[in-house]
Amino acid sequence: MEGTPLRTRDRFASPEEVAQALESVGYIADRALAVAVYLALKLERPLFLEGQPGVGKTAVALALSQALGARLIRLQCYEGLDLQSAVYEWDYTRQLLEVRLLEAAGERDKGQIRRHIFSPEFLLRRPLLQALEASDGLPPVLLIDELDRADEEFEAFLLEVLGDWQVTVPELGTIRAQVPPVVVVTSNRTREVHDALKRRCLYCWIDYPSFEKEYAIVLAKVPGAPERLARQVVAFAQTVRELDLYKSPGVAETLDWAAALLALDHGSLTAEVVEETLGALLKYHDDLQRVREALRQGLLERALARPEALA
Amino acid sequence: MSGRLLSYLVRFARALRSEGVLVTPEQVTALARALDSLPSLDRETFRLAARATLVCRREDIEPFERVFDLFFGLAGDARPLVLERTARPFRPSRPLVAQAPLVPWRRGDDHGQEELPLSDRSFSYSPLDVLRHRRFEECSPDEMAVLQRLVRGLRWALPPRRTRRLRSSGRMRRPDLRRTLRRNLRHGGEPLSLAWREPSLRPRRLVVLADISGSMERYTRMLLLFLHALVQASGQPLEVFLFGSRLTRVTPMLAQRDPDLALDALGRTVPDWSGGTRIGHCLHVFNRHWGKRVLGRGAVVVIISDGWDQGEPELLAAEMERLQKRCHRLLWLNPLLGLPGYQPLTRGMQAALPYVDDFLPADSLASLEALARRLGRLPLSRAPRRPGAPGSGR
Repeated sequence: MEGTPLRTRDRFASPEEVAQALESVGYIADRALAVAVYLALKLERPLFLEGQPGVGKTAVALALSQALGARLIRLQCYEGLDLQSAVYEWDYTRQLLEVRLLEAAGERDKGQIRRHIFSPEFLLRRPLLQALEASDGLPPVLLIDELDRADEEFEAFLLEVLGDWQVTVPELGTIRAQVPPVVVVTSNRTREVHDALKRRCLYCWIDYPSFEKEYAIVLAKVPGAPERLARQVVAFAQTVRELDLYKSPGVAETLDWAAALLALDHGSLTAEVVEETLGALLKYHDDLQRVREALRQGLLERALARPEALA
Repeated sequence: MSGRLLSYLVRFARALRSEGVLVTPEQVTALARALDSLPSLDRETFRLAARATLVCRREDIEPFERVFDLFFGLAGDARPLVLERTARPFRPSRPLVAQAPLVPWRRGDDHGQEELPLSDRSFSYSPLDVLRHRRFEECSPDEMAVLQRLVRGLRWALPPRRTRRLRSSGRMRRPDLRRTLRRNLRHGGEPLSLAWREPSLRPRRLVVLADISGSMERYTRMLLLFLHALVQASGQPLEVFLFGSRLTRVTPMLAQRDPDLALDALGRTVPDWSGGTRIGHCLHVFNRHWGKRVLGRGAVVVIISDGWDQGEPELLAAEMERLQKRCHRLLWLNPLLGLPGYQPLTRGMQAALPYVDDFLPADSLASLEALARRLGRLPLSRAPRRPGAPGSGR
């Protein structure tokens, strides 16, 4: 980047530019996503992405940080995620040790000890604090991944942080972001995230991609994949999604499968090849059985006969 | 932003609300800002910007698109239609539906009054103890009314689940360094007295799948009253689905405080009162569309059915297995189980039984009380499922 860094909000002039920038780092975004990302940057609001697992929600944050040239800070959510893991924690063992050392050195003033051990030196900065404290030019991209896994208590806290861009560490005072970070929140919908939080965000539902989009993703993400194979793989994945499966393959699985086929040096799909490698695409025993059954009834032929597969 | 456009947006938001898409004024302001910040504004960009700011759940996308097309015209015509009257889809008004003949949730006290001779009615009160053990279908309407009052009075709760969040504790569990350090700063930081934490507890979610086919009507109504009492008393998270030939989620209707109103509302929502019972199919729909969303974090699942399934037993078995694997405990309440000499021999019941953790009767007040006691004493850990036995995995 040349010259003084721009504020992230003025970085792109239009949703089209956002789409181009994402594409240049290998993420193919449709227009709805481009508009949502553009507005998230422009209005300095979090972006809330929902969709089935494996449709590329997390990848949006990765691509966005690359496209912006910004640091990516990731907070993976889980049940019981608390402030100590999300915002800050004091380094207790070092503090206890320090107390001993101070005493050994003859320090008797309790106020002095307290001030000393509760100084930034002993503060462990967790992702949220890192994201707010960042002051080196460009604000970072903060990815809050799979928020549906965290519990309601954490959600309530997050609502506060995302509203004010500040947190309070009692011993140190309030830490406020100079420039708000770019926030991407993802959810797999294993639980409904509270509306109050979602209303503060720009919402985008990410669906399974169209054939053309998925084809472009495979070509971009699996270098060396022959176009014919890529077309067939995508056609098959799209056809499988039409079946009534427990877990339809996501884009991530399509990519895995294409990479596996490439590694095994298969140039096109045949019944045996599909049978051998199906485990890369489907992860449930019932689904595997179901697709094998469908294969016997001509699923592969149907997939390969799709007009897109032939082009 | 011109005042005119803003007033359109406000009206658009109102139209969305009338379709059930809850839009806050704050979101409308956000949209206004979004429109200001876009360099060029074609219809498609406008639509996507409005969707990103005003919609916050997937279910709302479809009504949003509908209202948008109506409001701003399909052909890119920017002139908004007057919408308030036209956009609302046909919804039968309340009295019309209330007259529908096949609503089985009529109150217990007007239940089959015609058939019952007057003499029978006046002498039908039994001492409470007899009544407690009388099967629901043998009760007179007056007795049912008494039972319903009693059921509403039952107070019970599922035992909580242990969460991964820690809270401070007086018991020696896991050391709490934060509090230990604070507490001991008083005497110079030497850790003399230790502080502890332990996992906090949260109510466990109860998921109920209730059969509403004709033969089950009386029991299901009592059981729903029973569950309604639970929810109103404890605020415990509850999800309720009804099934016959199709599965319907009725959770929102149970939020009503008055149990009779709640059950009446419920009766109006469910589309299929007649038609066969397809338990396997309905469980499939549940597992596929709802399982991931409502079974998280160890739900207790209760199926209420007599097991008369007109579908394939293989499908039922497969779906039961999947369901059992995903929940903390799977109970099946079968009102027929209280009948002397009843054997669960129907194909459906046979297919389902290997995957049921508790198979219990639910045909009288006494059995409901026993059920409440049982649910109240469920262990914190999962039901033991014998290794190698069906239900313990392949």
